[in-house]
Amino acid sequence: MSRLFTRLFMALVALVLAAPIVVVAGVSFNAQRTLTFPPVGFSLAWFGEVFTDAGWRGALLTSLAIAAGSAALAVAIAFPLAWFLWRWHAPWARLFQALGTAPFILPPVITALGFLSFWATAGFYGAPWTVVISHAIFLVTLPLVTITLGFSSVDRSLTEAAATMGADDRTVLRTVVLPLVTPYLVSGYAFAFVLSLNEYIIAYMVAGFTVETLPIKIFNALRYGYTPTMAAVTVFFVAAAALIFSFVARFGDLPRLLGAWSSNES
Amino acid sequence: MTAARPQRLRDYAPLVFPALMLTVFFVVPFGIMVAISFFRRVQGAFYEPDFVFDNYARFLSAFFGQVLGFSLVLAALVALVAVTIAFPFTFLLARLSRRWQVVWLVALLSIVSLSEVIVGFAWSTLFSRTAGVTNILVALGLMSEPMSLSPSFGALLTGLSYHAFPYTVLVLYPALARLDPTLMEAARTLGASPPRAFVTVVVPALRNTILATMIMVFVFALGSYLLPQLLGRPSNWTLSVLITDQAIYQSNLPFAAAMAVFLVLVSLALVGLSLLVGRKEAAQ
Repeated sequence: MSRLFTRLFMALVALVLAAPIVVVAGVSFNAQRTLTFPPVGFSLAWFGEVFTDAGWRGALLTSLAIAAGSAALAVAIAFPLAWFLWRWHAPWARLFQALGTAPFILPPVITALGFLSFWATAGFYGAPWTVVISHAIFLVTLPLVTITLGFSSVDRSLTEAAATMGADDRTVLRTVVLPLVTPYLVSGYAFAFVLSLNEYIIAYMVAGFTVETLPIKIFNALRYGYTPTMAAVTVFFVAAAALIFSFVARFGDLPRLLGAWSSNES
Repeated sequence: MTAARPQRLRDYAPLVFPALMLTVFFVVPFGIMVAISFFRRVQGAFYEPDFVFDNYARFLSAFFGQVLGFSLVLAALVALVAVTIAFPFTFLLARLSRRWQVVWLVALLSIVSLSEVIVGFAWSTLFSRTAGVTNILVALGLMSEPMSLSPSFGALLTGLSYHAFPYTVLVLYPALARLDPTLMEAARTLGASPPRAFVTVVVPALRNTILATMIMVFVFALGSYLLPQLLGRPSNWTLSVLITDQAIYQSNLPFAAAMAVFLVLVSLALVGLSLLVGRKEAAQ
């Protein structure tokens, strides 16, 4: 009885979580330019339009480039910081850890306005590369958390053994620590990449009038009415996120990454 | 081996780049925003340096009070709905087989990382006349003809709770995954049914976690800026929408900055409170 109730509850949550995505996916297959569900006719034309229409394709490529660049920069900031905090005992340096976490916890509109004020004052308002830096700072929390977790899982007796045998810091990092931490580094990159791809408010405030990312393009297009193309783009977003997180789960330990201690329970 | 204190200056080398980036691109922008909140707005231009409290004085208007009050009530409602559903859900999730946990976690991560634009578009489609849920009610004979359910307060609350739910589960997951399984076993041995053991043992044991999570979700909901525009009426706009509107469309950066500073103070106070509450439980 209780087991049945449990299953029912989980199934209901799954249904509500899936409902909007299923409907949007259905709408994207409409043969006509209408948003009806269940779809009338079947067509993949709207998916094609994402790649053939210059506007959508441009937005897609811009988003991918910004996500790839900002995730790389976020990892480049997070890795040395996490390594330093693990390698040395320096309590005051935790301040930078807090700084790296703050933008993500605060409402994003605050960080967005901060960047707008900064880039406008510095005279670079509207330049595409400012979005890359802004996203990197906003999302640095994710690689910082995953890489810190990666370091904490490294057995210190390994590095001690390497040091005893004459390896200097750099060699220990490269030959012992880095291979152990790499899965966490890749996960951090993946998290930052997906969130940058979906980020709207910072990109919009920093360079909304000159740079059109996919979320900005969708929001602008919404004002002129809903089209099946948007539904197709939405399916793309969901699929991209699910694919990337599945890869993270395949090559890393997702429950552990998200805070469960044990990793060997069946 | 415990970590040693840095000895030479070059031990600090790895810290240089992260510290520089975070200072220049986070601390400095933040400082500039605080400074601008005291600047004077110039009609026709943008603003000029000054030290006035005009922008903060505008908080005393009835309109601002109304928006603030609405934002707080909305965020509190979202936190309540999300945590009420997410707590039992996460408890059950953490007890599934590892394989199923991974499947759920991938799904939850995919939804929580979706842009508000996407969530708003998806829900307004689901609430629309042509593709919406009312069509099911019509098919079942419960309604005579399909209707649009959006924009409305209910649509906004649903969309926000939908977006906040996976976030809530991910915040609760560590505490519930590490929960001592003997706690439930002991209650079961003493004769409590599983639901009774859950309500009388697990919920009280984690009450501080629940409270801390509620505050985190509250801050998360406070930050939403697109869903109120896509699913709500103009009367349902939140402080975050107002800040964006003032900064971009009214070109009143000083007032937007003042509101943002206010929002920072509220959020920081709440986050601090949630850390304090969470720590209290860890100490017990």
